[in-house]
Order: sequence, then C-alpha cells, then structure tokens
Amino acid sequence: MLRDRDRIFTNLYGEQPWHLEAARRRGDWDGTRDLILLGRERIVQEIKDSGLRGRGGAGFPTGLKWSFMPKQSDGGPVYLLVNADESEPGTCKDREILRNEPHKLIEGIVLAGAAMGATHCYVYVRGEFVREAQILEAAVREAYEAGLVGRNACGSGYDIEIVVHRGAGAYICGEETGLIESLEGKKGQPRLKPPFPAAVGLYGRPTTVNNVETIAVVPTILRRGASWFASLGRPRNTGTKIFCISGHVNHPCTVEEEMGIPLRELIERHAGGVRGGWDNLLAVIPGGSSVPLIPKSVCDTVRMDFDSLVEVKSGLGTAGVIVMDRSTDIVRAIGRLSRFYMHESCGQCTPCREGTGWLWRMMERLALGDAEPEEIDLLYEVSKQIEGHTICALGDAAAWPVQGLIRHFRPELERRIEERRRRVATRAAETVA
Amino acid sequence: MPKIVIDGREYEVPAGITIFQACELAGIEIPHFCYHPRLNIAGNCRMCLVEVEKSPKPVASCAMPVADGMVVHTDTPLVHRARRGVLEFLLINHPLDCPICDQGGECDLQDLTLFYGPDHSRYRENKRTVADKYLGPLISTHMTRCIHCTRCIRFLTEVAGVEELGAVHRGEHMEITNYIEAALRSELQGNVIDLCPVGALNSKPFEYRARPWELRKTESIDVMDAVGSNIRVDSRGNEVMRILPRLHEDVNEEWISDRSRFAYDGLRYRRLDVPMVRRGGRLEEASWRDALRAIRERVAGLSGERIAFIVGDLACAESMLMVRELAQRLGCPNVDCRQDGARLSARHRVEYLFNTTIAGIERADLCLLVGTNPRWEAPLINARLRKRWRMGGFRVARVGAAFDLTYPVEDLGDSPEVLAAIADGSHPFAAALARAERPMLVLGMGALARPDGAAILALAHRIGERYPLLREGWNGYNVLHTAAARVGGLDLGLVPEEGGRDVAGILDGVEKGEIEVVYLLGADEIDVSRLERAFVIYQGTHGDRGAPVADVVLPGAAYTEKNATWVNTEGRVQRGRLAVFPPGEAREDWKILRALSEVLGCPVPLDDLAAVRRRMAEVAPTFAHEDTIQPAAWARFGEAGPLSPQPLRSPVEDFYLVNPICRASKTMQRCSAEILNGQMPEERRLAVEVHIV
Repeated sequence: MLRDRDRIFTNLYGEQPWHLEAARRRGDWDGTRDLILLGRERIVQEIKDSGLRGRGGAGFPTGLKWSFMPKQSDGGPVYLLVNADESEPGTCKDREILRNEPHKLIEGIVLAGAAMGATHCYVYVRGEFVREAQILEAAVREAYEAGLVGRNACGSGYDIEIVVHRGAGAYICGEETGLIESLEGKKGQPRLKPPFPAAVGLYGRPTTVNNVETIAVVPTILRRGASWFASLGRPRNTGTKIFCISGHVNHPCTVEEEMGIPLRELIERHAGGVRGGWDNLLAVIPGGSSVPLIPKSVCDTVRMDFDSLVEVKSGLGTAGVIVMDRSTDIVRAIGRLSRFYMHESCGQCTPCREGTGWLWRMMERLALGDAEPEEIDLLYEVSKQIEGHTICALGDAAAWPVQGLIRHFRPELERRIEERRRRVATRAAETVA
Repeated sequence: MPKIVIDGREYEVPAGITIFQACELAGIEIPHFCYHPRLNIAGNCRMCLVEVEKSPKPVASCAMPVADGMVVHTDTPLVHRARRGVLEFLLINHPLDCPICDQGGECDLQDLTLFYGPDHSRYRENKRTVADKYLGPLISTHMTRCIHCTRCIRFLTEVAGVEELGAVHRGEHMEITNYIEAALRSELQGNVIDLCPVGALNSKPFEYRARPWELRKTESIDVMDAVGSNIRVDSRGNEVMRILPRLHEDVNEEWISDRSRFAYDGLRYRRLDVPMVRRGGRLEEASWRDALRAIRERVAGLSGERIAFIVGDLACAESMLMVRELAQRLGCPNVDCRQDGARLSARHRVEYLFNTTIAGIERADLCLLVGTNPRWEAPLINARLRKRWRMGGFRVARVGAAFDLTYPVEDLGDSPEVLAAIADGSHPFAAALARAERPMLVLGMGALARPDGAAILALAHRIGERYPLLREGWNGYNVLHTAAARVGGLDLGLVPEEGGRDVAGILDGVEKGEIEVVYLLGADEIDVSRLERAFVIYQGTHGDRGAPVADVVLPGAAYTEKNATWVNTEGRVQRGRLAVFPPGEAREDWKILRALSEVLGCPVPLDDLAAVRRRMAEVAPTFAHEDTIQPAAWARFGEAGPLSPQPLRSPVEDFYLVNPICRASKTMQRCSAEILNGQMPEERRLAVEVHIV
C-alpha cells in the first residue's frame, strides 16, 4: 500500500483548489528553474534511471523515448505533444489530473520540454472534456502570467509555448500519429511508422507524444530523485500509478497506488470490494477495454504491473480496472467492446476496417447462441487476422478482448450455442406436434 | 549500398528504397493494391505484408525502408496467412458481382484472390452496400466494390492537383466521395479508372460495352495534342472501343489526358466515308475515279501559283510529305501547315521545338510561360511541371492570361511588353532569370500565332542569348505546340517557299481571285467562309468545317486507322499503328495524294509506305530516328519588330473541343457542357431534384 508521503498526486480528488497558489502550497513549481538548469542529459538520465514507463497504455520507457529526439537544434520548431485525448473505456485518470492537478502537468511540460529541446507544446484534450479543458486553459494562463512558461520559463532562459487544443471526439485521435494528423487539421488516421515522430512528426518536425500522467509525474521524480521512484514497485515496473476501478465494486474510484499492488488488494482496499464479495467475481479487465480479460482464478493472485499482467496474457494498459461480477453477461459485455472498436476504427487499413465489424456481428450472434460451434474458432482466427496486421494498435485492441473471452470463457460460448440449438429443436418439435 | 537477404539470397540494393522495391529488383513479386510507384505511399491495404526477422509483426513492405542486414521472408506460412487474411477481409464486403463488373478480366482483386486468396467465404453476415457517387460524364462509380486503397484520392490530389476526392466517415462506413457530387474538374481524371484496382471507378462511355479479352490491342500514338502520348487502342471488329495509356517515361509516364482517352467516340460520328463532288451546289456521292477526275478538270493547266495547300493539325507526316511532293510537282509555292498563323519558320529546328524535353522539365529550376495555358494545351506537360513543382525549388512565372495551373504561378502581366522588359533586363523578374541554374522559357501558340509573333520570337531569342537558357547539356528554349502535326510539318518544310503565300495570304488570295484552288488536308481551324470564291478540295475524316465548303471531298483515315508518323512538340518521331480500317470508301491519306498525283499527270514515285518513309528521312533526317530526341543546335530566329498591345492569351478556349474528332465526340460535348459550362445533364438534374424533394 502506498504511503501518503510517496503520493505524487496529492490533490487527485479536488479537495483543494486547482489553481496556481494552491498548487504551489502542494509543492508544485518549487525550484523548477534549477530542475530545468540540470540540462537535457541530466533530466533524461534521471528519467531513465527512475524506470518510468509511458502511462498511456503501451508502457514504452519514457527516458528512452525522449532520447530519440535530435540532440542538436536546427533552429526549427520541436514539438512536445501531450495526449489528453483519454478515451479508453474504463479509464478516467488523465481527467482527474486535468481537473485537479493541472499545474503538475504544466510543470511537467516545461521540464519534459527542456529535456527534449521542445519549442512548442500542444495539449490535445479530448473534445468531451469541456470543463477540464477550461481549467487547463486557465491554469496555462496563470502559468504564463507568473512567468513559469513562455519565453524564459521560470527565469531559466528556456522558451516554451503551450497551446491547449481540443479534439472533436474520436478515439483514434488518441493514437500517437492519429493525434498528429488531427492536430494538423486532417482526418485522424494513424501514420505509417517509420518514420517515427521523433524524426518526422507534427508538420514534419521532430515530435514526442506523451500521456498526461507520464508528463505529470516528471516534476516529482526530478525533485525526489530517480532512486525514490525506482524504489517503488518492482524492477522494470517502478513508481506509482493511477488506477481507475469501475464496474461491479462497492465504491468505484480513481486512486494512486504503488505499481505491482495485488489486484485483489487494490479492489478490496480502495473500491470497497467486489459487489457481493470476492467470490462473486467473474472476471476483470485490468487495463482499459483494449486488454484481454482475466478470470477470477487469475485475479486472485495477479499483481498490477506491466510484466505481471503480460505473464497472464493480459496487460496493464491504462490501468482502467473493469470489474465484472457473476451477474454479468460476459459475451455481451465483450461484444459491446467489439462494437466500440468497430465504431472507432478509422477505416484506413483493411484488417481493422473490415474485421472489426465482422467481429462485432459474430459477437452479437454468439451472445444469443445463434452460431455454429466452429464459429468460435472462426472468431478467434478473424481476431488473429486483425492482430498485428494493421497500421496502428487499434486492430490489436479490437482483437484482444475477443481473444481473452475465447481463452477463458469458451465453455460459456459453447453452452449458449448448445442451449439455443436445443431450444430451437424443442420448438420445432412442438410445432410439429 | 545496404545488403539485405530476401528469401535466403543476399542482395545489394540502393539505400533508401523500400523492401517492396528491393523485392522488385530481386524479381520477387509482392501482391499489392494501394501501392503505386507514382503516388505517395499509403500502406493501407496491408496486402504487401512480409516477414522481417527481429520484427515482432509482419511489415508492410511498401512503406518500410531497407536497412543493412535486414532478413526478409516473402514466402512463409505467416506471410501467406497474412495475405489470405487481407483478401478475406477485402472480399467480405465486396459484392462478388464479377460477371457484371466492368473490371472483370483486368481486376487486381480477382487476380490476387486467385493466387493468394481463400477459396470460399466464411462470412455469414450481411454485406455492406455503399451509395454510388456522381463524378461527372466520364467516370461511373460502383462504390460498393471500393476497397478503399485511396489511389484515386492520391492521384487527383498529387498528380492532377485537384483536391476533389476524399474520404468521409470512418471504420467500415468510410466512403470515397467528391463531397458535393458534381463533375470532377480535372483534365486527367480518366486515369483514376486505370488506377482503381477494382471495378469501383469505371469508364462511363465504355461501361458494359465489351470485355477486355474480346478486344484487340494496338499500340499507337495520340494526336489530341502535341505531346504524342503513347496509347493503346482497344478495338473490337472495326470499332475503337476504348483508349488506354501506354508507358513512356519520357513522354506521358503512364497517364493520358481525358481528351486522348475519351474522344474516340468522335471517330464514329460525322465521318466522311465516301468521296463527294459538288454538283449543282450540292455535295453528291461519287466514285474515287469521278472525284479525282473532277479535281483534274479544275486543276489541269492551272499555274501552280494559283493553287494552295493548307495542312491541318492532325495530319500524319506521310500525308504531309506527299503534299510537299505534289506541290513541288505542280509548281505550287503556297503550302502552309500553320493553320493558326504561328510565326514560326522551318529554317532551324531549335526555333520550333520543346528543346528542354518533357522529361527535362524535372531538371529545371525556373520556368517562364509566355502566352500559353499548358493545362489545356498539353495536360501532361502541365502534370510534369506540377511534378517538378512538388519536388520543391521550382519557380514558375507567366506572361499571359491568368489560369489555375494547379501550382503557384507568378503573374507578370499579359502584355508582350513584359517580355520586352525581361529581354532588356529592366523587369524585376530578370534578376531571378539571370540567377537560375536551368531556366525554361515556354512559348505558346498564344504568343506566336499573332501578327507580332515574329517579334515575340525575336524577344525570346534575345532572352535565350542574355540569360542562362543555353548551357552544356541544357536548352531552356521551348515552343509548346497545340497541333500534333505541326512539328512534323515544319520538319518537312511545309511553309510557303520564297514568294509563296502563308495561310493568311492564301485566304486573301482567294478573296482577290488570285488563288483558284485550295487543297485542305484536314484543315478545319481556318475561316472557311473566306474560301467561297475558290475551288476547295477537302481531304479529311469529319464533316466539320472544311468539308461543307468543299467542291470535292476525299475521305481520309483518322489516326487510329493508319500506320503513320507524328512528331511531338519535343521533336520525337513516333509511329502510330492501324487499329481499325478506315470506314467505307475512306483511304489512307498518303495513298489518296499518291493517286491524285497520278491523275494529275505528275506522279510522285513513292509506291509503298517504306518508300514514303525513306523519302521522309531524306527530306528531314530526324525521321530516320524513331523515338529519340535529336538535340537541335542554337540558331538565329525571329524578327524584331513592333509589338502589339493585344494581351497574350492561350488559343485553346475549350479544352474538350479542339479538333474535328473532339467536336464530333458526344463524350467531349458532354464534358464541355457540364465541366466547363456548368450545364447539368437532364437526367442528373432530375435525380438531384427528386433527392431534394
């Protein structure tokens, strides 16, 4: 259990105001100038040493990502994009940061920007986050007025401009390169990689895209030192993480916890336990809708970090924990996710455009048992034909929940098919009689 | 040069190419839909996935650059599964209406499915249908068949420079559309039909007319402009069914303009197919013998000075040579191939050629257009200019009427005085011209076909001398012709001899009674009303402008109906081939002139095509060199004189209706009405109204 003094987001619940003065009282913007003056190499090294991995879902080491940016400026703009297009079902962590801790994010932007030589930062806020965008805009204004960002940020001699940009409501615009396309004013369709954004990104310039949470923890890591952050969690899975627990729990909540906390502990301590007790648990989607679900038997022991969840063929993703008790129609639940991915597929590349709709339609029938038993294998194969064959990861995200369902609930699917078959047969017999 | 291993063999390939291109070099075919070498990479069809060692996922080979030490597999179970998977996905929502689809037989989806695809469908759900889009008179759509490769979008945006197609909606609802469903406004739009890998975009005039395997394919040359695009004429029986581009990197790459592609139905209508002789004020059908005799009766004993020949814009070099030979034997000095009155002499080739060459445009760094609208006069040269502009570092300026050329152009004014100012260095643009590495000057017929054309030519010559237009391996002086026949005509010296009359002189002479017989070889772009007093012989293909005023009509062969030679604006000699036979009594043009010479008692001793071509090469040695550029040496040309205050403007007023074939083509008339003049066709108007109601 995370001790209070190790908590990074001390105002996650908005008990205190979000504005600059209150943020300063919580320790934000303290000695930022000196942190900037550490210089690029030191900041990047510090982040590398801390073991921070991206909090947007993929878990790529943040320090390494920053080090891909060109070391020498050619005089042109270099962009830091903050991905606040939080749309992953089951996830609401960035939203709390934008609402209650915007200054952590802004300070993080200045430090991360300094670490990669960024000249401009765009914060791409999900269109539906109206109030959050307003708060962030106001906080940015405050920071400008206080001389913390803009030219000569914090008196350090480093210049960075921050622009808050609002999206128009598309899941795919939260994908790294889809976000770049959208910012450029185009249809939000992910780009082919390579070239990677660090070489050719926004408007063809070097660009790094980071999640809100990733950026917002940077100031604290730099202030308290990489070793402090690395001492939390386990190797390769260090630090703290904001978990969002939703679904069939007694008190759904968003909470910052240490990486690697057992799932059961997370649910029971912070969310008041599963509705009807732990034994009433059916399955958990541990990392936002994109990762495969894990059944109760796995939930009993699994730890919540990147590597532990990969071991059980799931993933930490965004750490949006969706809890489902035994009252859940698990097939319809996963079918609903399939529909989401069909709806949000950009339509650019073949497997995702055509495959996501196929998955959803089969899931709809399977929920009713209106299928042949072989179609379970077909469903699995179709999901495999999507996975790994697409331009971006949305194809994978559409495939994984379905694969998780088949992996762990195949008997349930077969039971429904069998049941329906029997029902139809009985009705036919009755009609004949 | 990076070394990579493909399927177990090591290859050394140029740096910076993609895996796809490396496989091509290695002779390994990678199936693909969205990739096209002349368009930006989209990487969206996922058909070209290959396995690369150390990469966790299969890689789209069309988009992945090669790296040293890369190990690529194109023939593994993983790759085959990926390809079969993609094809299955493409087919689940594809209508499988191949028996009624126009693409059948030349469909990438069909072909690749045969080789890589699944043998049956596992899809039990309902298929998607998509509403068709209205793209105008040339392209028909069947959007349900669309596989979203976006080639059409990329072609129009990148090559044609017209941002009129795009994709709307997302996921499986994504649709290719032109948003407002009005006719596309590109003169290169027909190429998207070839680019479309399936039957979503079809040729409207060709649709449901024939199957590709029924067509006889003849490689030929286009005459709708002076570019000399390489084409393939597809015919069935004795009818041209469609025209497609043929690859020629130095001329048309693999595109052709809509005029070249769609004007072929003009070959069916208003054709002259029997000889005719005017009797009692009416043109009546006659036999060849009677028609030629009627000419002999009028011409016999006439002094050559009272006869004139005017050669039209589509004439082949063979017939023009015969005109030359015949005129010489008749002692006739009045021969002109410049219907529009262009002030070009035939003295030096350099004076009238597009010396930079079309491919050479890609090496230029500055271009000054004078009195020309390349987009309408030569769409493929305009596409090259746009291609060069897209590479960056290319400045284009214009003296002449403003027109959207699909790339930015600096307008310097439309008066010839601007050119004079550039020639004497007083114009601000002169500095840029002086600094340029490889500048181009393009003189259009709008600058030359006017009374002060020779003076403008002289200014161009001065510019050539003063600025770095001429360097080792670079000639930046260009004339952009509008007529396919013109360069051939000038090469053969079809301009009036000393004391002879040019077109204007001939027309004056007719009115004064000094010219009694006028022979029009497909000449329709002159003021025929001034020919009233003369005995007019019209040899040509269409009952357009010349034939109605003629006293004798001799039916000739159109460009698809003869083995003949044309010389394009660069001076490139190219041979067209007979695809279908001339209709009715019509004959190949050089043979008509040969027969006439016999009847007139001054036979031209050239009895077969080989002899005619040998003679052509004697008259102009360039004719001996097929499909090569013979660089022309710089020379003096032009004639200084007063400039007219008339603004410079392109002679092409209607892109779709420039010659007798186009004017006879219903497709071209429809295009002119709808695309240029905004007249919605009746059935379309009704459809829109119903929709609104």
